[in-house]
Amino acid sequence: MAHSTPYTIFFAGAVSVVCGVLVASAAVALKPMQEANKTLDQRKQVISVAGVACAADATTPEAINKCYEENIRPVVIDLKAGSIDAGVEAATFDMQRAMKDPATSAAAPPNDAKVLRLPKNAKVYQVVAGDEVKSLILPIQGYGLWSVLYGFLALDADGNTIKGITFYEHGETPGLGGEVDNPKWKSLWPGRKAYDASWKPAIQVIKGQAGSPESAPFAVDGLSGATITSNGVTKLVQFWLGENGFGPYLSNFREGRS
Amino acid sequence: MDKKTKSALVDPLFNNNPIALQVLGICSALAVTTKMETAVVMSIALTAVTTLSNLAISLIRNKIPGSIRIIVQLTIIASLVILTDQVLKAFVYDVAKQLSVFVGLIITNCIVMGRAEAFAMANGPRLAVWDGIGNGIGYSLVLLVVAFFRELLGSGKLFGITLLSPVTEGGWYTPNGLMVMSPSAFFLIGIFIWILRTYKTDQVETE
Repeated sequence: MAHSTPYTIFFAGAVSVVCGVLVASAAVALKPMQEANKTLDQRKQVISVAGVACAADATTPEAINKCYEENIRPVVIDLKAGSIDAGVEAATFDMQRAMKDPATSAAAPPNDAKVLRLPKNAKVYQVVAGDEVKSLILPIQGYGLWSVLYGFLALDADGNTIKGITFYEHGETPGLGGEVDNPKWKSLWPGRKAYDASWKPAIQVIKGQAGSPESAPFAVDGLSGATITSNGVTKLVQFWLGENGFGPYLSNFREGRS
Repeated sequence: MDKKTKSALVDPLFNNNPIALQVLGICSALAVTTKMETAVVMSIALTAVTTLSNLAISLIRNKIPGSIRIIVQLTIIASLVILTDQVLKAFVYDVAKQLSVFVGLIITNCIVMGRAEAFAMANGPRLAVWDGIGNGIGYSLVLLVVAFFRELLGSGKLFGITLLSPVTEGGWYTPNGLMVMSPSAFFLIGIFIWILRTYKTDQVETE
């Protein structure tokens, strides 16, 4: 049946309003639950990349929180100076938010990882046993093929040996670039070295197979069919290990100053 | 249940299966079937979306101006998909993460749009709902069959519970690596269609 033009426009408007209200109210109402899930998931990722003993059994939210609180100490650092910034509350500090806020961040120098803004402060996680720091967990992020990959890199107490890597959020192609989630691929990282002898970031994802950590300390197998994601991982890991990322903090840490 | 209702609900299972006969929605059938868990959640999500979109579109089918009907259908479907995605992220976060873009891609799943245009626009809300449920289950059926074989043969598990203990953990079963890759879903769907058409010879296309 034929409808007049004003009716058609009115109908389109009405449908848009109804659908818009529906979607918006669902997004607002469910936001607190989604945020809680996100925090919990991040804590889960932190304890699993840290390799702490209780991580394997922590399946309930309570167990994850307990395991996290017993083993992990978040600290906020001044990214440029590489020193711990005691003036910022670590538990509530949100690095992603700080990165977006012009007051707490600055434009990043041009870089291969396509990180656009750098925060003044960054949050790192120390895996502690008593007062001793056993390893460090650094947040990393950068561009792959389709999306920004967000993850963590765990380094041993020597600030060089890699203990693990994980990505908790990305939009890469499932089955190809999405294989950055694959436990088998992630298990290739531990034991390899982040820096070469002159303390330059050296770890990279290569094409093909790299071999054992002993024979190829600076290389990790590439993801087949996902060259751009693999290169993205190399670039973002090297960026965050470099002088604009956690380089200053790590060199202070190695010298025992923070 | 009268005859028309029954055929709207049951036909899409075997006689007019959206994947096996209409060959729609293959993309997600390849991507989310490596595990039963993701397949189940995807099935529920898609069934919910087809049912609700069929209902909504059927209710206003006489009011929709013909010139903008496709875009109205798409707006309704897209809203329902976003709603589903939000609910999944709030209640089953881990699974939602694994499904990643594929929940969003329900928008482009031809089954939803196809049923809205072909059925809901021409039938009353009650029948449209049954048709939505039927097609959702028809899709789910194939998804679950494919996921069952892929998870069992590919990782020796069902719903994450180890049934065939793999060699890597000291067992006897060597997982079939092909099964966790996408092409295996093609083979399984192919075999499914083959078996179905052996019994329902009227589905065989004439040459």
